[in-house]
Amino acid sequence: MKYLCLIYDDEKKIEKMSKEEGEQFFGEYMAFTESIRKSGHHLGGEALQPVATATTLRMRNGKVTTTDGPFAETKEQLGGFYFIEARDLNDAIQVASRIPSIRTGSIEVRPVMDFSQQ
Amino acid sequence: MNAVEEVYRTDSRRVLATLIRLLGDFDLAEEALHEAFTAAVERWPTEGVPANPRAWLVSAGRFRAIDAMRRRARFDASVAALAQRLEGSATPPPDAETPDVEDDQLRLIFTCCHPALHPDAQIALTLREVCGLTTEAIAQAFLVPVPTMAQRIVRAKAKIRDARIPYQVPERAELPERLAGVLHVIYLVFNAGYFERPDLSAEAIRLGRLLAELLPEPEADGLLALMLLTESRREARLVAGELVLLEDQDRSKWAKTMVADGLRLVEKALRSRRFGPYTIQAAIAAVHAEAGSAAETDWAQIVGLYDVLLRAEPTAVVELNRAVAIAMRDGPEEGLRLIDALLARGELGDYHLAHSARADLLRRLGRREEAATAYARALELASQEPERRFLQRRLSRQ
Repeated sequence: MKYLCLIYDDEKKIEKMSKEEGEQFFGEYMAFTESIRKSGHHLGGEALQPVATATTLRMRNGKVTTTDGPFAETKEQLGGFYFIEARDLNDAIQVASRIPSIRTGSIEVRPVMDFSQQ
Repeated sequence: MNAVEEVYRTDSRRVLATLIRLLGDFDLAEEALHEAFTAAVERWPTEGVPANPRAWLVSAGRFRAIDAMRRRARFDASVAALAQRLEGSATPPPDAETPDVEDDQLRLIFTCCHPALHPDAQIALTLREVCGLTTEAIAQAFLVPVPTMAQRIVRAKAKIRDARIPYQVPERAELPERLAGVLHVIYLVFNAGYFERPDLSAEAIRLGRLLAELLPEPEADGLLALMLLTESRREARLVAGELVLLEDQDRSKWAKTMVADGLRLVEKALRSRRFGPYTIQAAIAAVHAEAGSAAETDWAQIVGLYDVLLRAEPTAVVELNRAVAIAMRDGPEEGLRLIDALLARGELGDYHLAHSARADLLRRLGRREEAATAYARALELASQEPERRFLQRRLSRQ
C-alpha cells in the first residue's frame, strides 16, 4: 500500500539554524533516505522551496486567477514529502517516525487512494 | 434461555473478532455474524447444537460471506476478485481451542484503540465491536445524539479500511505505548460508569479481565485491580442515589470478592517491579480497602504512594490528591496550603474537585464563610447530578 508522508516544518526555525546545525539536519535526511531505499519503502521524495516561492491558482467563472503565496498562512509549512510503499499503517508510521523533521515540525501520513479496489 | 441465545451471549464477540480477521472487513464480518446466527436458529433445533458451536459459527459466517460476495460478483468485477482471494486463502476455520482465537479478541482491542483513530472513536468502537453494545446505548452513555455516534463509528471503520490499520497485536517495541492507549480507553469507559451507569463499569472490568488474561503485563493487572477496588465501594458510595464520601462509607457494604481479587492483583503487579501509574493508584486503593475506618487508615503510606505516583505521572490532579492525603496525615492547614499553592499556579482553577477539596478543609478548620464560597465555586463547575446534590447539601450547612 502506498502512503504519502507530508513534512511540515516551521521555515523560520530552519532559516535560523547555524551552518553546522543545517549541515547536520541535511545529513540526517540523507541517511534516512538511504535507509528507506535499502529497506524497499522508498518510492520517491523531494524537498520543496520555501512557501515564499509558491503560487496559488484558482479558476472562477472560467477565469484563472494567479496569486502569490500559499493557500493559507500557517505556523508550519509543507516543506517536502516522501512517497513510500508500506505493509500497513503501522509500517508507514514506523517509517514516518524516523523522518528528521518529526522533532521540529510534524509529519502527516496519508494513504493513497487505490482505484482498482473501487 | 435457548442454546443459540446462550452461545450468542457468551461467544458472539469472539466469533466476530475471528470473522474480522478472516474477512478483513468490519462490516462484512458483522453481516456474516448475523448470517451465522440466523443459520444457527434454523438448524440447531433440528440438528442439535454442534460440539464446537464457536467453530461452527465462524465456519458458517465465513461460508455465507463468501457466498454473498459471489452473488454480488455477477454485477461487480472487483468483488469477484475479493471473493476469490478469500476463498483461496487457505485459512481453515480455526478450532475454538487454539490460542489464535483468543488472539483475535486481542487484535480487535488493539485495532479499535489504535492511536490513529480519534480518541472518542476509540471508545465508541471498543464498546461497539468488543463489548457488543448498540450504537444507541453508547450514544446515551456519552450524551451524544445517535446519528452523531453512528457517524463516528462509520468514519472510524472507514479509516481502518482506507488507511489500512492492521488487525494485529503490536510488536514488542511498540507494545508499551500501545498498551497504555488501550488501558486509557478501558479506564475512560470505567469512569463513564462511575456514578449512574454500573453497566459501563462492568463492561470496563470485563475488558480489563480479558486483557489481563490475554496479555500478561503488570499494568493490565494494575488497572484491573484499580477498577475492582473502586467498584467494590459502589453500594457504599451511592446510597439511594446520594453520594457518600469515602470517610463516611459503611465499609461492611464493600463487595468482599472484588476487594479480595483487587488486593491479589495489586500484589502480583507490585511484585513484577515493572508497574506503572495504574498499579500505584491500585496500591493506594488497597490501603483504603485494608483499613477498618478512615481514622485507622495508614495515611503516611498513602502519602508515600502519592510521592511515587507523582514521579510516574507528574500532573496537577495527582498533586491535588497528594495534598488531600497530606491533610489527613498532618492536618487540614498543611493540605490547604498545598491546594492554595496549586490554584495560585493557575492550574485546576476549573476543576470542581480542587474547589470541593479546598472547601472541605476550610470546613474542618471552621472557616465557614470561605468554605461556603469554595463549595459554591465547586457547584458551578460540577456536572454530575449526585455530586451536585452532595455539594448543595454541604453548601446549605455552612
